[in-house]
Amino acid sequence: MSTVFTFRIDGKDVAGSEGQTVMEVAEENGIDIPALCHLEGIHDRGACRLCMVEIAGSPKLAAACMTKITEGMDVTAHSELLLEYRRTVTEMMFVERNHVCAVCVANNHCELQDTAEELGLTHFDLPRISPKVDIDASHRLFAIDHNRCILCLRCVRVCDEIEGAHTWDIMHRGLETRVQTDMGIPWGESTTCTSCGKCVQVCPTGALFEKGRAVARGSKTRRPFLPWMKVVAEERGL
Amino acid sequence: MSKPRVATVWLDGCSGCHMSLIDMDERILDIFERADLVYSPLVDFKDYPEDVDVCLVEGAVSSEEDLHKIKMVRERTKTLVSFGDCAVTSNVPGMRNPIGVAPLLDRAYRENVTLNPQIPSEIVPKLLPASTPVHRVVKVDVFLPGCPPSADLIYTMLDDLLAGRVPDVAGSRFGR
Repeated sequence: MSTVFTFRIDGKDVAGSEGQTVMEVAEENGIDIPALCHLEGIHDRGACRLCMVEIAGSPKLAAACMTKITEGMDVTAHSELLLEYRRTVTEMMFVERNHVCAVCVANNHCELQDTAEELGLTHFDLPRISPKVDIDASHRLFAIDHNRCILCLRCVRVCDEIEGAHTWDIMHRGLETRVQTDMGIPWGESTTCTSCGKCVQVCPTGALFEKGRAVARGSKTRRPFLPWMKVVAEERGL
Repeated sequence: MSKPRVATVWLDGCSGCHMSLIDMDERILDIFERADLVYSPLVDFKDYPEDVDVCLVEGAVSSEEDLHKIKMVRERTKTLVSFGDCAVTSNVPGMRNPIGVAPLLDRAYRENVTLNPQIPSEIVPKLLPASTPVHRVVKVDVFLPGCPPSADLIYTMLDDLLAGRVPDVAGSRFGR
């Protein structure tokens, strides 16, 4: 039997099992911590930095999805300072590439758009970079518009951990970082892609989408399959 | 006491935000019982007057004319509202920014044209190197994102502004 830890999030007494993350226990207790890379069913990576929380006694912020719980820890998940940080993080995602909600396939089905609204982000103080970014529409069924990619890497993780294909990975560094298929070849020429569409379903924005979908028609209705697939994978020891 | 003076201007946008303004139906009567509309593409005043209390700006700043206009509007206006996504983020007009003006005009007026291909240089204002949000050029007091912002949001904001309250823009978001 695993050890039970009791601790506090935003002043509320909560309990969880050893090995759980702050994010998991927060979710179980109805405490909403914003996140864009975290998704139930795949391993956490701490990529988006939206779930940063304060832990009493620690001089630095910690990603709730990557921080294991300890006995007696005192977590602040919501404060004016954290809200300001989260707004800035969200803003940086918007200005880094070219997000145009109005004409996006994921308009109103987008977690980045939702996050901006939830955080009360009404405009960007940072200048937009407006980089020239590619679109790969070589796959028969799906396409990726790197303009809308926030590098949450859900696609990379779901392809590796659930589908077992590991078609997706990352290339380059810094602002030039891109998700890639196989060794950077066009998606349509990939020999590992099984065309399962899981990457499309987990993408929080309109970066990965089904071809033929009009503006605002890219809902990800089949996403709940993930926790089931994870259970199956674990049972089979995959 | 005279009524607050309200204006609206239309820069590089599709006029959808103005359509949404009209979409508040009979509530527009309530607004303009409490305020005077002194300049707008919806009415026929030719010049932007002095001493405007509230101005809603639709559209991004994309051309030399837009730039000239918004600076003049700012000087003559107390409360400037970035009205809709194009004004707030440059939105669709800003999609040309990664391309650059020269290749853009070439594509639109030369490459795809068979009859007398030429880039317009007279009468039409020159494009700026990039289409920018209004607050990159002048100070903006209120931001109301949305493509377009709903009539309800516009009404609530105008109602607040006319009553001297800090406008409530909760529920507004990019896109929609």
